[in-house]
Amino acid sequence: MPDVNWIALGIFVVLFGCVAWLGFAAARWRKGDLDQLHEWGLGGRRFGTLITWFLVGGDVYTAYTFIAVPALAFGAGAVAFFAVPYTIIIYPLLFLVFRRLWHVCHKHGYITAGDFVRGRFGNRWLALAVTVTGIVATMPYIALQLVGIQVVIGALGISGTGMGADLPLLAAFVVLAAFTYSSGLRAPASIAIVKDLLIYATALVAIIVIPIELGGFGKIFAAVPANKLLLAVPGPNTTGAYSGYATLALGSALALFLYPHSLTGILSASSGHAIRRNAAMLPAYSVVLGLLALFGFFVIAAGVDKLPEYAAGFKQFGSNFAVPALLLHSFPSWFVGIAFAAIGIGALVPAAIMSIAAANLYTRNIHREFINGNPTAKQEAQIAKRVSLIVKGGALVFILFVPTKYAIELQLLGGIWIIQTLPPVMLGAYTRWFNSWALLAGWAVGTFAGTTMAVATNLTTTFPLVVGSHTFPGYTAVYTVMLNLAVAAVLTPVFNAMSSGRPPADETVAADYHV
Amino acid sequence: MIGAQKKRGGWSWWYLLFVIQFAVALWPPFYNRVEPTLIGIPFFYWFQLLWVIVSAVFTAIVYFATSD
Repeated sequence: MPDVNWIALGIFVVLFGCVAWLGFAAARWRKGDLDQLHEWGLGGRRFGTLITWFLVGGDVYTAYTFIAVPALAFGAGAVAFFAVPYTIIIYPLLFLVFRRLWHVCHKHGYITAGDFVRGRFGNRWLALAVTVTGIVATMPYIALQLVGIQVVIGALGISGTGMGADLPLLAAFVVLAAFTYSSGLRAPASIAIVKDLLIYATALVAIIVIPIELGGFGKIFAAVPANKLLLAVPGPNTTGAYSGYATLALGSALALFLYPHSLTGILSASSGHAIRRNAAMLPAYSVVLGLLALFGFFVIAAGVDKLPEYAAGFKQFGSNFAVPALLLHSFPSWFVGIAFAAIGIGALVPAAIMSIAAANLYTRNIHREFINGNPTAKQEAQIAKRVSLIVKGGALVFILFVPTKYAIELQLLGGIWIIQTLPPVMLGAYTRWFNSWALLAGWAVGTFAGTTMAVATNLTTTFPLVVGSHTFPGYTAVYTVMLNLAVAAVLTPVFNAMSSGRPPADETVAADYHV
Repeated sequence: MIGAQKKRGGWSWWYLLFVIQFAVALWPPFYNRVEPTLIGIPFFYWFQLLWVIVSAVFTAIVYFATSD
């Protein structure tokens, strides 16, 4: 392998090794019986403000984010910056809605969204819909984290196809699987700290050094073609890129916390205060994300996509190669090793949390609900550990044998699917008004419509909604969740009238939702 | 009104800060322009980044103002 960047690879391996060790050692951190599901799957619910900050940040800022957002800026320009208003919206959501969820889940020992919906609405089928949606939406997301690792491994010079090139990915996978199995959520929580320090360091250095190398921001933005510099002004009779941009930010924000791994990160916090404090502190990550989007423009200005030494990388990974190429071009090998380790580790953390979250869902809301009603604590934890392994294995197989673009398309669909759980989960935190069967109908309609609309637009994110002579292009997820809500709202009085007149099942009381 | 306790779990006027935060963030026509630039960065970019910081401040204000 003549092209391997040995210095960078060496540092990468060392940092990865440290982190692997940390993942295993984490089992003894804030010691608990890891044969209990809430210890394995929620870290014993003992993470204070700072650890929660790292963990939830690790959910929001994944390796895929670091690769894909700049890639989008590089390819499509200004629209990639939707990531910034997206982050502006998520934190109040966390502050208001998810604090309530934290309290009620804490009070009743709920570990998953499925648990909450089951308790709140007393309907195991609605809970199953939420559970299955959660698991199915998470899988492509895990696969895409592995893609993030694949890209940096490729950028280190370990290229080509076949077993040799896949070996490092397999090694990373084995490490990930092993420490998740042994330490549960404590593993990614401890590693998240290292990851975030590395990411911040890399981003800060890069945002200062690269613009200096390129001659200043004025020069960088001057290199961006005019049609990519700003959002295209909408033509007559359409809200064009404006509504597309706003709905993309809104829909992504709503969807984020509905993903199982977000809820897992949140529920592992030790108090509602930790959640609220985090809502004010997490925006620090947003600034980093905004800066990362600018990296895509740095790539354009530096012209790395046109340089011959990166041609192979761009050919293999497309615009996902933008950030690695930029880093290789702008920094000495040792810093590249650190930066790539940051991205690679940045894949391990969310992949671990996502697999744990999916495992929690299966164990509590499928296995315990439908297969074996009375598992012992130890059995529960064992099932979860195995499922987390299977889920990761499935993602690995997918990445190794299926073209990446399918993973991306599935992830897009996953966003549309997961947002359909908004009515029972997010609105359920505020009101019991909806009839549980009406919610299930709304979920079904939203999921079906969303999938159809996405397929009809060739799996792009925007659906051109036509009302009369006006077009309102918008993120499919937003339109379908509105449809979902409308269906649920209309059917609620209908189904209530048809029901037996008993008071609606609800394990929770109003006081459970706040301090 | 400053420091007035909100009802448990109810609305607080401080939450209006969040409404402002959302409204500005989700209104692209307002910030979709190049001028004025800041150290060479077009308005579209630096304004949204600035708005992140403003939003964090708003959230911190709401947190302290509505603390139980």
